Amino acid sequence: MSESAVLELIGITKDYYGVTVLKGIDLKVKPREIHGIIGENGAGKSTLMNILFGMSVIHETGGFQGEIRIDGEPVVIDSPARAMELGIGMVHQEFMLLPGFSIAENIKLNREITCSNVISRVMGKSMETLDFKAMRQDARSALDHLSINIDETLPVAGLPVGYMQFVEIAREIDKKNLRVMVFDEPSAVLTESEAGLLLEAMRRLSEKGIAILFITHRLDEVMAVAHSISILRDGQLVARMERDQARIDKIAEWMVGRKVERSVLAKRPVAEDEAEDVILEIHDLSVEMPGEVVHRFDLKLRRGEILGIGGLAGHGKIGVANGIMGLYPARGSVFKDGLPVSLNNPRQALLSGMAMVSEDRRRVGLWMDESIEMNISFTAMQVQGKFLWPGPLERLRREDRTAMREHALTMIKDLDIRCTGPQQIVRHLSGGNQQKVCLARALTMKPDILWASEPTRGIDIGAKQLILDYLVRCSREGGMTIVMTSSELGELRRICDRIVIMYEGRISGILPPDASDMEFGMMMAGKYQSGKGVGIDGMA
Amino acid sequence: MKRGGVEVRSFGYFLQLRTGVFSRSMVPAFFAVLCIIGVVVAKLDLNYLINEIFTRLGRNTFLVLSLLIPVVAGLGLNFGIVIGAMAGQIALVIVTHYRIEGLTGLAVAMLIALPLAVLFGWLTGLVLNKAKGREMVTGMILGFFANGLYQLIFLVLVGTVIPMNNPTLLLPSGIGIRNTVDLIGVANALDRALDGIWDGLIMFDLGPIPVGPWRIPLGTWLVTGLLCGGISFLMKTRLGQQMRAVGEDGHIASVAGIPVNRIRITAIVYSTVLAAWGQLIFLQNIGTLNTYNSHEQIGMFSIAALLVGGASTRKAGIGNAILGVFLFHTLFVVSPLAGQAVFGIPQIGEYFRVFLAYGVIAVALVLHAWQNRLPAKG
Ligand SMILES: Nc1ncnc2c1ncn2[C@@H]1O[C@H](COP(=O)(O)OP(=O)(O)OP(=O)(O)O)[C@@H](O)[C@H]1O
Ligand SMILES: [Mg+2]
Repeated sequence: MSESAVLELIGITKDYYGVTVLKGIDLKVKPREIHGIIGENGAGKSTLMNILFGMSVIHETGGFQGEIRIDGEPVVIDSPARAMELGIGMVHQEFMLLPGFSIAENIKLNREITCSNVISRVMGKSMETLDFKAMRQDARSALDHLSINIDETLPVAGLPVGYMQFVEIAREIDKKNLRVMVFDEPSAVLTESEAGLLLEAMRRLSEKGIAILFITHRLDEVMAVAHSISILRDGQLVARMERDQARIDKIAEWMVGRKVERSVLAKRPVAEDEAEDVILEIHDLSVEMPGEVVHRFDLKLRRGEILGIGGLAGHGKIGVANGIMGLYPARGSVFKDGLPVSLNNPRQALLSGMAMVSEDRRRVGLWMDESIEMNISFTAMQVQGKFLWPGPLERLRREDRTAMREHALTMIKDLDIRCTGPQQIVRHLSGGNQQKVCLARALTMKPDILWASEPTRGIDIGAKQLILDYLVRCSREGGMTIVMTSSELGELRRICDRIVIMYEGRISGILPPDASDMEFGMMMAGKYQSGKGVGIDGMA
Repeated sequence: MKRGGVEVRSFGYFLQLRTGVFSRSMVPAFFAVLCIIGVVVAKLDLNYLINEIFTRLGRNTFLVLSLLIPVVAGLGLNFGIVIGAMAGQIALVIVTHYRIEGLTGLAVAMLIALPLAVLFGWLTGLVLNKAKGREMVTGMILGFFANGLYQLIFLVLVGTVIPMNNPTLLLPSGIGIRNTVDLIGVANALDRALDGIWDGLIMFDLGPIPVGPWRIPLGTWLVTGLLCGGISFLMKTRLGQQMRAVGEDGHIASVAGIPVNRIRITAIVYSTVLAAWGQLIFLQNIGTLNTYNSHEQIGMFSIAALLVGGASTRKAGIGNAILGVFLFHTLFVVSPLAGQAVFGIPQIGEYFRVFLAYGVIAVALVLHAWQNRLPAKG
């Protein structure tokens, strides 16, 4: 490839409050190149991209050293607006979508299509009226480009994360002057087939001459699309290679700095009979979660099992947990240990011994400006009265800081949360480490039943192993019943005892983890029906 | 907030879960019920009430509307409209001094107020950008501070540093403006501006029932209507969309390349200018200027009216403004009479109303604080 680089990063160094998180990173991408960037949680990938996009966190924390060149010319990127002018687009790891705006408005945000009118002729362009119709059309075509069928007039608030991800991507591909495009973990909440759509869209973009930087923790995706790969570890660039020299196991080693073994967990003998020990009985559950509607869901959850819920985005797999935990309006009956659990009441759900890891850590899961320890212990403190000094009036007890600290430290160690200490505020953690805090918070409740929605979202391969192992241990040793929702079938098959596949809001079937890929595929597509009356009507 | 944090938070959690139940329409509904009770116990003459409401809708709606834009842009309730009102009053004193009268006088006052309000609004905006997340308190304090300057100018500097020789405007000592200034020149100038076409008087008998006399301040209603149109138009423009985006989430807006600080300043400037004009409209209806009080009152009352109309610190529309003025002023008219009818003391009704007005503001501010602190759900 003799073409010259469109983007060059030279000697990028950045520290946050005295901690160096990037050390002299060099990076080059050419037009048409898809460049994969991989590294552990906290390796500095997002920070590097934030620098490239002129994000305010960078400038508010003292800027960075090094140089950015576009077409060989040094440039100063001091704001996202400047980055956009230079033709840089970015799909952020944390969604940058306005919840109260419609999908179309988000896609066209600050690039609205306007028509001039009497007043704008006098007072200037900012008085031009919005042409909603044209904006909708643009949004529509960007979404169609990604093969996403969702009504572009819906508000973003309440959309399932998978859709938000696509809206975020659609916004970027709708930009016309793109030269460099950054994807920061765009596929973390997507199923394999959806990720396939995304990769396809990326290829098409790159064929148009756009250089792409692609961050992901799924190495097979990098192998599928990237032309070249950089690997970061602890803020340093440890390797750069072309696609044909890359091998997955080598990459993993580079990333972690040691050999990664895939621990294989002992399978549990299955074959429970009908006299099984049921901990939770769900009957006729319907959940009104926009985009993830659940229809008449019936299930008996066995005590101590790990149940997986899989399916494509929009088919209701996420709705189940959100409905039962009271975050979205639900109907139906749920019995835990024979006692009814009241729906639509998060507090009751928590009190009845259930906890949830939300798939949307930003909005539901975390308190971004509080410390790690506060985030971890808060729900348990509020709902169960843990970490409080004894006292006569429950409402007036003081928090037990030492106990909180101790517990936080254990969690940090167990889940390998990379941080400067339990007092670090959560906003300052890398995406994957925030996810671990979310998980730690739910585990702190020591629930009988843990609803884990995308528990490994954005978590690197090493840490994922650790977390899956931890969940299995909770279940085998602690007797915790776990319902794990995941868009990654592979991880469900790795730890679940049985896997429910959802299709159009209903159970399409239940499979053992060792069922064939074919069976899973058919079931997700709604073509394979087992059990009783599974219809494919409803759901537009 | 750190130490006793737990309890505070759980209370917030409680409020949060309940805000859904106390839906937006609860507040207006509550005040509507109060108004109806008041009307019934005071045995109020409806024709009188309606006439009062017509007048007051004209008087106050423009001012209340001036609060909308900052809410949309995420700055909350603009307590800084007091500063805009001062600009209006300065302009009024000037036109009164030069004896420019009638509609011309009002128009000149608007022109004079414009640059003043733009300047004040811009300064306010600069300060508020330094106090992100605490705009409302900051705006309120700025109002107090500006009031100090205003008093300094009007009480001390006029007649000394600023030469002025006008015995009808100045205190007998020749220094400082009088406490009340009669606005004969511009009184009702806008209200009656369309008298040539129709004087707005409605009076007839509907069978045995006498209707009226009601007088619609036609000119003012027209201008207020135009402002409503203008605000709706603004919300459909690029600038309006940017304001909404900044109001939803400043960080995300800035990542989308929107110049957040500039948009926020623009919103405050618009609001301040509208407040200045709103104050002119308010005062031309009243007919006298309480030099050292008029502006202070309108801040609280306009904000209370907007909240009574069902607005919150984050969401407010034209409907809220009009409904709010309607309910708030109905209560204004009714409560002393109801106090008189029930307790024989009009002040009791008056106290009650003031108590409610401030209560509504307090509740809105408290809710605002909780909503800002809490993540969506536990
Ligand atoms: N705003 C911030 N203030 C302080 N430290 C920060 C801030 N943002 C990130 N860090 C630290 O910088 C390091 C790199 O974080 P970064 O978000 O770049 O990681 P990442 O490679 O994107 O990880 P992940 O895969 O988990 O998203 C981490 O140690 C993190 O704690
Ligand atoms: Mg990251």
